[in-house]
Amino acid sequence: MIYAKDINERTPWQDLTPGGEIYEPGTARAFNTGTWRTNTPVFHEESCKHCMLCVPFCPDIAIPVKDGKRLDFDYMHCKGCGICENVCPFQAITMVTGGAPNE
Amino acid sequence: MNNCLSGNEAVAYAIKQINPDVMGAFPITPSTEIPQYVAQYVADGEVNTEYVTVESEHSSMSVCIAAQAAGARSVCATSSCGLALMYEVLYVAASCRLPITLACVNRALSGPININNDHSDSMGARDTGWIQIYAENNQEAYDNFLMAVPIGEAPSVRLPVMTCMDGFITSHAVENIELMETDVVRKFIREYNPENYLLKKENPLAVGPYDVSPYYMEHKVLEAEAMKAAKARILEVTAEFEKISGRHYGLFEEYRMEDAELALVLIGSSAGTAKAAVDKLREDGIKAGLVKIRVFRPFPSEELARALAGTKAVAVMDKSEGFSANGGPLFAETRSALYDLKERPYLIDIVFGLGGRDVNTEDIEKLFGRLANIAVTGEIGPVYTHMGQRSKEEKA
Repeated sequence: MIYAKDINERTPWQDLTPGGEIYEPGTARAFNTGTWRTNTPVFHEESCKHCMLCVPFCPDIAIPVKDGKRLDFDYMHCKGCGICENVCPFQAITMVTGGAPNE
Repeated sequence: MNNCLSGNEAVAYAIKQINPDVMGAFPITPSTEIPQYVAQYVADGEVNTEYVTVESEHSSMSVCIAAQAAGARSVCATSSCGLALMYEVLYVAASCRLPITLACVNRALSGPININNDHSDSMGARDTGWIQIYAENNQEAYDNFLMAVPIGEAPSVRLPVMTCMDGFITSHAVENIELMETDVVRKFIREYNPENYLLKKENPLAVGPYDVSPYYMEHKVLEAEAMKAAKARILEVTAEFEKISGRHYGLFEEYRMEDAELALVLIGSSAGTAKAAVDKLREDGIKAGLVKIRVFRPFPSEELARALAGTKAVAVMDKSEGFSANGGPLFAETRSALYDLKERPYLIDIVFGLGGRDVNTEDIEKLFGRLANIAVTGEIGPVYTHMGQRSKEEKA
């Protein structure tokens, strides 16, 4: 059995699965889709009231929540769509150009 | 046991003996009888098949894809525009490596709309990644469908198989054929036991995930290698089939080719007509022969080159117009196969029989006359021509 963790973009064709079949669940964890991002949201914790409006609006799962409070972005999943910035009533999120939050 | 069956009945009977888990069913002339007979078997409780009636051929093939991915042996039948409507999902079946078996009853494609036989439907699907096996008669249609199952399902192959027969000519004509005992068939096709399938509870499986460019090409190479491997598997299965049936099949059939100088390459029921013409010419001392291609995908390139190596002039007979302006698909494959020979025969292409246009022994004899002339003079004339159409020009 070929597992997702054992293959990558350097794996020769002989070691891949027929039809690209995946034989286990949860393999998205091994695949950083955050690299697709061209704009990046930046979280300003001091302005955040934890109203939780941004969380359900996020089309991915890039805003983790713990104990009723939102945490900083999960950039592995964030595609940089900017919806969170748009819905935030408190300007606690700003978008910056580029794939990294510090650019 | 001997029986009198039409080609469609013969394939339906093969399906009954296989007793597949699922059939995706949508009617289209001339293949309609196949799902019709199977529906009767289902209604009479003679098979356990889950018979899924759908709203289109795109859906009947999609049913088969889903079922096969789930771990169920699935079959389907269609013709012409039905196959064309499946086009997108034919690729999905092959690229997901799902060994579905499909009976294609060859019919012309629209337009103008026509329900009669030629090979333009399955030739249009020749590059979808399906194995294609063509029958000359009812017996072959039955045998090919049975052999398709263990060919496609072999772990070294895992590709869907399309068995083709000529619409009406083969599908509706009743012939004497020899059927096998059902227990012999079951033993021959074996249980379908894929290593991984959606309903296997031990390991969740994802089928057909999105393939980014760093992976797509590798998966296509895997698929291409499977198609290459299919050739050996087909020969294994035909050898096994010969043991239980006494009927011998290869990748193609060579008819009176031992010392043939003039030869035809063709597919399907027209081979019967051509064989009669070859026999007549042989009586007149003309060294005529023919190669009937059975397996078109994978194409038996090296084998065909060897079979034609000793000939002087060859006519490829294409029963589909590929609109390449350079000859039909069988011609392209044959000419490519012969390229590596040190001494090649002269080669011409004849597109014939479109939309049910008849071909008779006199037509074939005339064609051999043209080949004889080419062999003597070395003058090929036009390489790619049509045969059987009304024309203001005199026939060659």
